[in-house]
Formats: sequence, C-alpha cells, structure tokens
Amino acid sequence: MAAATTTLKSQANQAGRQFCTFFVADLFFGVDVLHVQEVLRFQQITRVPQAPEVVEGLINLRGQIVTAIDMRRRLQLPPRDGDQTPMNIVVRTEDGAGSLLVDEIGDVLDVDAASWEPSPENLDSNARGLIRGVYKLKGRLLLVLDTERALDLTGGKGAE
Amino acid sequence: MEKVPIQDQEIISEFLVESYENLSRLDQELVEIEKHPKDAALLASIFRTIHTVKGTCGFLGFSTLEKITHQAETLLSQLRDGQRELNPSLISLILETIDATRKVLASIEATGKEGPDLFEDLTERLRIKAQTPATSADQPGPSGAAPVEDRKSEEEAVKSSAVADANIRVGVGLLDKLMDLVGELVLTRNQILQFNTEREDPALNATSQQLNLITTELQEGVMKTRMQPIAMVWNQLPRVVRDMAVSLGKQIALEMEGADTELDRTVIEAIKDPMVHLVRNSCDHGIEMPDVRARAGKPPQGKLTLRALHEGGQVNIEISDDGAGIDIARVKQKAIDRGILTPERAEKLSDREVLNLIFLPGFSMAKAVTNLSGRGVGMDVVKSHIEKIGGIVDLFSRPGEGTTVKIKIPLTLAIIPGLVITSGGERFVVPQASLLELVRLEGDSSEKRIEHVNGTPVYRRRGSLLPVAYLNQVLGLKCSGAAEAVSMVVLQAEDRQFGLVVDGINDTQEIVVKPLGKQLKGLSVYAGATIMGDGRVSLILDVLGIGQRSGVLAESRHETARAATDHKTLEGIEQQRLLLLRAGSFERLAVPLSLVARLEEFPQSAIEHAGGGQVVQYRNRILPLVSLRAVLEPGAPEQETAPDPVQVVVLNDGDRSVGMIVDQILDIAEDTVTGRQKSSRKGLLGSGVVGKRVTDFLDLNQVIQATENWVQGTGGIGNDKRILVADDSAFSRGLIRAGLDMAGYQVVEAGNFDEAIRQLEKQPLNAVVAGLDLPPNGTAALLSAMHRRSEWKDIPVLALADSTEQMQAPDARRAGFQDCQAKFDRVAMLESLDRLASALASPAIEPVPVGEKR
Repeated sequence: MAAATTTLKSQANQAGRQFCTFFVADLFFGVDVLHVQEVLRFQQITRVPQAPEVVEGLINLRGQIVTAIDMRRRLQLPPRDGDQTPMNIVVRTEDGAGSLLVDEIGDVLDVDAASWEPSPENLDSNARGLIRGVYKLKGRLLLVLDTERALDLTGGKGAE
Repeated sequence: MEKVPIQDQEIISEFLVESYENLSRLDQELVEIEKHPKDAALLASIFRTIHTVKGTCGFLGFSTLEKITHQAETLLSQLRDGQRELNPSLISLILETIDATRKVLASIEATGKEGPDLFEDLTERLRIKAQTPATSADQPGPSGAAPVEDRKSEEEAVKSSAVADANIRVGVGLLDKLMDLVGELVLTRNQILQFNTEREDPALNATSQQLNLITTELQEGVMKTRMQPIAMVWNQLPRVVRDMAVSLGKQIALEMEGADTELDRTVIEAIKDPMVHLVRNSCDHGIEMPDVRARAGKPPQGKLTLRALHEGGQVNIEISDDGAGIDIARVKQKAIDRGILTPERAEKLSDREVLNLIFLPGFSMAKAVTNLSGRGVGMDVVKSHIEKIGGIVDLFSRPGEGTTVKIKIPLTLAIIPGLVITSGGERFVVPQASLLELVRLEGDSSEKRIEHVNGTPVYRRRGSLLPVAYLNQVLGLKCSGAAEAVSMVVLQAEDRQFGLVVDGINDTQEIVVKPLGKQLKGLSVYAGATIMGDGRVSLILDVLGIGQRSGVLAESRHETARAATDHKTLEGIEQQRLLLLRAGSFERLAVPLSLVARLEEFPQSAIEHAGGGQVVQYRNRILPLVSLRAVLEPGAPEQETAPDPVQVVVLNDGDRSVGMIVDQILDIAEDTVTGRQKSSRKGLLGSGVVGKRVTDFLDLNQVIQATENWVQGTGGIGNDKRILVADDSAFSRGLIRAGLDMAGYQVVEAGNFDEAIRQLEKQPLNAVVAGLDLPPNGTAALLSAMHRRSEWKDIPVLALADSTEQMQAPDARRAGFQDCQAKFDRVAMLESLDRLASALASPAIEPVPVGEKR
C-alpha cells in the first residue's frame, strides 16, 4: 500500500468517501472503508462440503468464524492461477462479518462524489447486480461493490 | 422530601434496574393473589413492593410515577387492612398501573425524563376507586399518611438487606467479554499443551499442567456466572396468560415444572420472545372457549403446561396445552390458498410435514387477525430464534387433545462435548449428545457386515437392521479408498437411529459452538462450526440433517397413527411390526415380524437337496428352504443368475424351522397399515399401504404348504389337532392361521357365527380360537351356542383380544372363555392352545381365569 497518499491528501477535505480498493481479475473494485473490518493475508481455510460453489470455506478470525466468499466465482470469472494466493477483505454486514477473497489489495482512495455514475447498462450481467455504481478516476474506473449483496447468496446468483 | 440531584446517572440506572425487577415480581404476585385472595403475606409483599417503588420515585423526584404508585398504594393499603375485597377489576387496575409505571421507566431510561404522558386518567380512576366504597373516602390523609411511616422502616430494610446480601450487580457486557476471553484462553491453552508434548521440558510441563487446571476452573466459573434459572423468563408468563385469558374470555391455568432449570444467560435471552410467543399462541389458538371445551367433554378451564428439564447436555422445554390441537386439513388448505403448496403436493405430505408448514414465514393459522396474534409473523420467527442458538423446535399435535411444542436447546451456547471424526481428509465434529456407540468392522468380513438392501446399505446391529449412510457420499467428498476396517458411528436423531460410516474416529473434545454465517444457513447437514486446538475451523455435523439428506431417515416413518379407522378388529394389524421384502416381481411384500426368527444368508454352495426339496444345514439341523419366488409365481422362469449368497428369512416355531428364500430384505416397518384389500392371488393374503407404499401381505400358510409334504416326510412334527379360527377379519384370520400352521395345527376358518356353526358341524374340532366381536352378535353368542350342544360344550375356546385393554374388559371375562390372549401374541396363543387342546382328553377342564398369564 504505497503510492496513493497524494490522492488521499488532495481529496481528503472534499465531500467524497474513502474506499478500500482491490482487484479481482482485471476488475478494479472499491468498498467503503467504513464497511471494512480488516484485510488479511490468505488464511488457513476449512472447506464446507455441499456449500454453494462461491463459498471457499471458513476462516478463524481470532475466535470468530467467518465465511469466505471467492469473488472470482461470485462474479463468474475464470479461476485464479494456481500459485496465486488470494487476500481476505473482511467486511462488516448487518448479519455479521464475511470475508471476500480477492486477487490483490489496492490502496485506500479518496474519491470525489461528483465522479460517481450508476453502473453502465452494458456491464456484464453477473457483475451488475453486485455493483452499486462507478467512480470515474483518472485513467481507470472504480467499481463500487455492494458488500451486502456480494455476501448474500440467497438471490440465486452464484448460489446453488 | 429532599430532592437528590438527578444528574447522578448511576443512581438512576440502579433505580431502573431495581424497579424493573420489582415490577416483574409484582406481575407474578398479583396473578398469584388472584388465585388466593386471602393470602395476607402475599398482599403485604405486594404492598411493600409498590411502596418501595413509590418511595424511590419520590426520592428521585419523579412526580408522575410517584402519583400513580401512590394511588395504587392507597388501594392496596385498603385491601391489606381488609376495608376492601379483592376482585379481578381491581387487579386489572393495579396491573394497568404497573404497565404505566413501566412506560414511565422506559421513558426515563431513554431520555432521563418521565415523558409527556401524565397518566391522569389512570390516576383519576385509581383515586375514584380508592374513594368509592371505602369509609374514609374523603379523607385521603390517613391512607396517605400511614405509608409515610412505613416508608422509613422500609428503606432501612432495603439497606440492611443490601448489606447482608453478598451479591453485586455486574453488567452483562462484562460477563460476555469474560466469556469470550475465556474461550480464547482455552484455545491458547490447547496450543500450549500441544507445544508441551513436543518439547520435553519438565518446567514447561509443570507450568502448562497448572495452566490447564486453572483455565478449566476459570472456564467453569465464568460459565456459572452466566447461568440463570429459566424462571427468569417464565416469571412474566403468568401475567401474559392471565391477560390473554381475560381478554379472550377463556379460563386458563398455567402450570410450570422445572422453573429452576439453569441455562446460560445468552440462551435465556434468546428464548424469551419465543416463549412468550408460544404461550400466547397456545392461549389464543390452542385452548378453546369454555363452552366449546365443555361440549367436547373437557373441563372448562384449559391447562397450559410449561416444562423444563436437563437432558443429555441439552435443555428440553415443552409448552403443551390441552386445547383443540392443530387442524391438519385446515393447515393444508391454508397452504394451498396461499400458494405455498399445490393440492397434489399437499396430498402427499405427511402430517408431520404439514405441521411444519406452520413454521413458514407469513403463515398464520388465526381465523381472524387480532391484536394478540394472527399476523403471520410468528412461528417462523420462533423457529429462527431457536435455531440461531442451535436449538430445535418440534411441533406435535393431536386433534382434540392439544398441541405440544418441544424446544431442545443447548444448555449453553458456549461449550459442548463432541467427537472428532475425519472423512475425505476433512475433520468434522459430531455432538456427543447424538452419539450412541462406535462400531468398528475389521478384517475380511467388514464389507460383508454392511449389506445392501435395494441399494441401501444396512447393518445388522444386534439382530435389527440399522440404516447406514456414508459421510463421504452425503457430503460429496472423495472416497479415501478401501480401508482394512470400517469405522461407523451410530447416531440418534430424534427417536431414530442410523449408522454413519466415516474414515476415521479421533477423540472427544469440548468444543465451542459457533454459528455459521448466513451464507451457509441453508445447509441442514451442519449445526455450526468450532475452532479446534490448532486454530483451524471444523464443521459440526447436524445429525438429523445428515440423516435426512442421506435418506436413511425418511419422513414416511413418522406416519403412524394416521389411519384412524373404525374397523376395530383390525387394530391389531395396524400397529404391527412388519418385515418388508422383495421376491420375483413382487417389489414389496410384508411378513409380520413376530413370525420371523432370524434373517440369514447362505452361500449357494451350502444349499443341498434332500427329500425332494432344498435344504441347508443350519445350526446342526436341517433347515428346509422354500423359494418365495417359486410359490408366488409358479410358472415363472428361474433367475438366470442365482444370487450368491441367498437371502433367507427363517420362520421358526419351537422345534420346527422353515427358511424362506427371498430376493431381498428391504426394511422393518413399524407402521400403520391402511387401505387393505383382499387378494385372491395364491400366496398372498391381501394388500395394504405401509409407509406410503402399497405392500402385499404374504400368506405364510400357503408358503409353508409348499414345503409341507416333504417336511412332514422328513420328520416334521405333525399335529393332528384341528382348530377353528373364527374372526370377522380375513386379515386377522390369515395371520392367526399362519401362526397355527407353523405349529402344525390343522386350521379351518369362519368369518361369522353361521360359518362357525357350520364348521363345528362339519368336523370334530379340538379348539376354537376366536376374536371377541364375531358378527353378528359377538363371540359370546357362539359360546352359548356351543354350550347348548353336548358334543361342543367341552371344546375349549381361546379368545383373542385386539389389545391388552380389551383383554381386561368385562366382556372378555364374563363370557366364559377358557383363556384370553392378545391377538398377534403368537407365543402366548400357542402356549395357551397347547394347554387347552391337550387338556381336551380329560373331561373336566378347569376354566382358566382370564388374563391369568399376564
């Protein structure tokens, strides 16, 4: 987590929000930092037979058992390379904590509320349900992940 | 009175806690006093409680509260002094006061102020009430003044008791935190212990042993601090019931058993709302109006029973009423109306499944929505609350007799003993509470011991068939390959048992149960998860869920008692244990289990031919075999590949045994038989529905006849005694006959009085075996007819009762039978017959008192 301090400073006083960013395949996502409990390296994971496919397993977060959701599978993307270990982003939701397994963690970014736009219509239908909107950053787009939905498997998407 | 600055939040919060406690005690006491209006001590206690509240209010400057409680106190003092009689309206008024007090307290809790509502109306009503009949009505002085003196002494009493009491109040938050920390400490201790075994350091060893002991004690201590009696929840229920009863115009008595059963605080919290809801449900839907009850022949006062007890590391709570029960048909209809079920699907559901519909969200059984219930947010919430804490809710209902809700909850959410097993390379935990035994099948026989019945694995456990499931298959895990031994855990889910084959059985551990996230809530196979000593997560298996998923616990087994048939004489058959088997094109055949001695299998090579039939050497004797397939389908071609080994049902009677070769043994059903139909087909008595499926009942008589000729030729014990079986049900006759045939009796049958007389005329008989209700006029008619004829009057008559109750009935005694036995108690019947029939030789038969053998 190195470079984005300039962005942080320059936009800190604006009406924007802070986002914890991460990558899943070539998608650049952000989650409101207020929803993020912590970011962890890959943890030892216990698989859950018969669970929906997107559930990678359970991790022990200092005595709390947290379900880890593989974001690649959640977004119906091809699997990670074999040697790439995912990172955990533990997010808080109304129903307790959940962990998102992502490829790589980005910086914490301050974004300008004015650059927000609803998610484009032509976005992949798998992803669209999980994306609240898009911030147009310099040179790239930040997709705002709806963490509640990402961890809610009842809607049928990704769930068995 | 001196006002204390109310900024002192601590005093206020203490006041609130204390007042709430006092109020809940009042609730109880008031309901109690309604039952015993003359209880002076109780009244005094109520008075004191109200007085304490009032006193503290004045002390803290809460004038609204003081006014309300003052008026209530005035009323109570009149009661106490005998100036006034207690009546329900008075109690309602006082209860209303308590509610108002609660509201004000809530407002104080939230805002620090008493709130805008001054409850002037209530105060006024209290005042009027206090004044109307009392003699000193217009002199509020004395009634107001007297308590002032009391107050001082009262306050002193409170103080002194506080000093004497060694209890302190501790915030729940702190206890919860302690609990969490202790949980963590336990895990850390486990890790240290593991280290310790790796290094051989005596100092470390000693220290870690010490750590172990202290941690365990600390854990127990902290657990204890959180235990509370279930009475904490129940105390509010008498009030709930009373209010419900009054507003609904019902009479309801509440009984509580095991109120001192202790539960973890968190569990107590969690069951509070569900308990209230269930009690309300019982009052509202369960217990009927007094007139309805009277018409149904019940006492007008309904009974609601709460029961709590510890059982196997769990707490069982039962809420049962003696009301109308749940109308299955109406639940079905409601579900269809709401589109939850299609009519076709509804038809197929078992009663139990239908009852479970009540737990669906949005499902309400109330005919009308009242402010009490019927809004469809109910049982689903109850269920989810209970399940959240790892509990189970079960509903039992009998139309006209009442409904029972059984809740099983863990004693504590924190720690349960569990057995660690492995399967497919993963570790799982089985709650010790569901574990019955461990079975290890070793050596060559291991695979053989688990047999396959129609593709379903079963294990013969001490003579009965235990359905078996493979955890690998249930969970879709990879197989570990052929092991030299099979490990199986025998589990109990509700009232049924099954075996679960696992790869390995490790050790038992105290585990800390943690709930699964909502993403995994839908998985019925897990009860939760836990963190093991090495810090990794393991899943806790839900035994019931595993059983259902693997299919070893089919819903259909629950289908008992559904067939409420008026066909009285068949009741005996309906509750039989049946062995289900398959032979030839008959997919489902049934034999009463009482006629089956053993289930065996013989290799083809062991089958020999003797005396014109197949035999096998069995326990140093020759067992004649008969192929069921050949009896049922005489012309059918033989199986191309004869199965090896062959499955044999050994029918045994005294010295005689016959082996019946079947294709497959399916199951043992303990079930009701419905939809009977007679059959004219050879070898079959008829068909019935067993466990939702049509099943043919074997006529063992004919099956055995197939061996008869040569069996007798090879020294089978013939018996020339001729017995008349008289019963109106062909079904019963067939089954009785099967038993008699086995014993070598010659059997003739009669379905009614005339037929019986005809049979008696046709041949000399050694004995008559008769049901008690031989048409048209009962068996007694046959008996007296027999007594009138000299050649018949010495024939002993054995009466067969459908049930033990019937055996004791005066009818059976009066009629003058030589003996009376329960139908289908084959052994007793044969013993009795043997005695009666051989006694025939001697002219004077001592009448055997009925039921003597019992």
